[in-house]
Amino acid sequence: MFGGSSDKKTTGGKFIYREEVVGHVFALPFIFGFVCFSLIPIVLSLYYSFTDYSLGTKQAELIGFKNFINLFQDEVFGKSILKTLQYVLISVPCKLAFALLVAFLLTRKSKMVTLYRSLYYVPSLVGGSVAVALVWKQLFARKGLFNTVAKSLGLATINWFGDEKLAIYPLVLMAVWQFGSSMIIFAAGLKEIPSSYYEAADIDGLSGLQKFFYITLPCLSPIILYNLVMQTISAFMTFTQAFIITAGGPNNGTMLYALNVYNQAFKYNRMGYACAMSWVMLVVMSLITLAIFKSSKFWVFSESES
Amino acid sequence: MREKKLARKITYHTFVILFGIVMIYPVLWMISGSFKDNADILRGTLSLIPTKAKLDNYANGWRGFGGTTFATFFKNSLLITTIATFGTVLSSSLVAYSLSRIRFRGRKLWFTCMIATMMLPSQVIIIPQYLIYYRLGLVPGYVPLILPYFCGQPFFIYQMMQFMQGIPRELDEAAKIDGCSKYRIYSTIILPLLKPSIVTTVIIQFYWKWDDYMGPLLYLSRPASYTASIAIKLFADSASVTDYGAMFAMSTLSLVPVFLIFLFFNRYLVEGIGTSGLKG
Repeated sequence: MFGGSSDKKTTGGKFIYREEVVGHVFALPFIFGFVCFSLIPIVLSLYYSFTDYSLGTKQAELIGFKNFINLFQDEVFGKSILKTLQYVLISVPCKLAFALLVAFLLTRKSKMVTLYRSLYYVPSLVGGSVAVALVWKQLFARKGLFNTVAKSLGLATINWFGDEKLAIYPLVLMAVWQFGSSMIIFAAGLKEIPSSYYEAADIDGLSGLQKFFYITLPCLSPIILYNLVMQTISAFMTFTQAFIITAGGPNNGTMLYALNVYNQAFKYNRMGYACAMSWVMLVVMSLITLAIFKSSKFWVFSESES
Repeated sequence: MREKKLARKITYHTFVILFGIVMIYPVLWMISGSFKDNADILRGTLSLIPTKAKLDNYANGWRGFGGTTFATFFKNSLLITTIATFGTVLSSSLVAYSLSRIRFRGRKLWFTCMIATMMLPSQVIIIPQYLIYYRLGLVPGYVPLILPYFCGQPFFIYQMMQFMQGIPRELDEAAKIDGCSKYRIYSTIILPLLKPSIVTTVIIQFYWKWDDYMGPLLYLSRPASYTASIAIKLFADSASVTDYGAMFAMSTLSLVPVFLIFLFFNRYLVEGIGTSGLKG
């Protein structure tokens, strides 16, 4: 064990103790995992996207760009893109705004605040589970809790899952409902803002709203960026909720992209086609992430600049 | 003036608590539903108190499907989750150590790869991964659900790296002068000091994996190997009438481990999530 004796330069000594070797030994799990579970699958996926391939019944056969051409004539594909965009564009901003609002509400110096934060985190804690998805399905059922409340308030009941235009909203609401992690990240960020900023603003006579827009928001902007990127990515990948609550229906009204990919691959066994869809998704999401990062130059303030 | 302040305080707390109850209402409703009968649930009442409370749902639900009880499903979930969580802690701490403490060629490259993996939508690689496992004859089986967790999870590697930055380098140096190799420094110095970060990792990874649905959906096919998350969905799939009471009873049970962790390790959880987004 003590082969290195006391030499200061680790480049000497036994092979296994050299800095270069040690580093790779420790990083080996990741290197192995990255190559086997990320790199090779991505390359394979690209290859399969140019093939016609069904597991067990048909060997991969190169067909050029046919999958991609078919994609753009596929009605369900077009609809799933639109529905996914609708889902992401509504749920992510609402979720972040809501998370920020609640985090702001819970910045008071009070012992209860920690308890409240835990309370508000519960939806995020359980929201990803099958159990809650099944509850959600029941809440928005024709005679579910939501309609009962609406009825008692004298409002019209809504057949949420019977209308292809409306069916997406219970899913959006469920995503917004799970605002907990974003809220906690925002809360941690709010704590980092020096109170001297606010004191200076008080001297200048700024109102609460002005303080929020001129101090809080700019100071939080790097964290908003982080949350925005992470939540956008995870919103694009939403699967379990759509799979369990609506299974994509009615009339593909909630056919989120990830669900569509799953169906093509594992329901219809069109592996090549599904891989082509995955690649389109990868490209689209990379572009969107890149766009968010590029735009961040204009709205994210870093300490070093100002 | 003081009265006005008190009134504002009371309004604030009442509002926050009431709103919080609305937020967790669906969860409360599920728990109460586990004591109601089907008719009571389907009526869609707001009430959390069942007309007549009963425990039959738990007995009925526990019986499971086709001779496999929920004892098996929960055991499977626990087995997979425990092994995967252990793997995550072990591998992620190793990788985090190498990326934050050892200067070797390729360190920058692997760090970039790690960040890229963190942002990579996992669904993009699910199909080719499945095909690879299938070729290797590992489908159906537990290996695809566990093996990747022994290769480091970027989210946790990143978090551990952040934490390691707070561990003074002088400790490493002192140990080195005493003749410790990097392997020793990792196991006797870094790992014990990493404890808070490890606790956070265990908690978060445990409940993520426990809730995982898509993995088991893809890789398990024999009912005896199902996890709890898959089994609960079976209630809704059954050809005859869905037994909502039993479904909610088993759903409630499935959330018990998550709640227990939350109750006891709340602080670690909140801190862990809070720091992950900062200093990035």
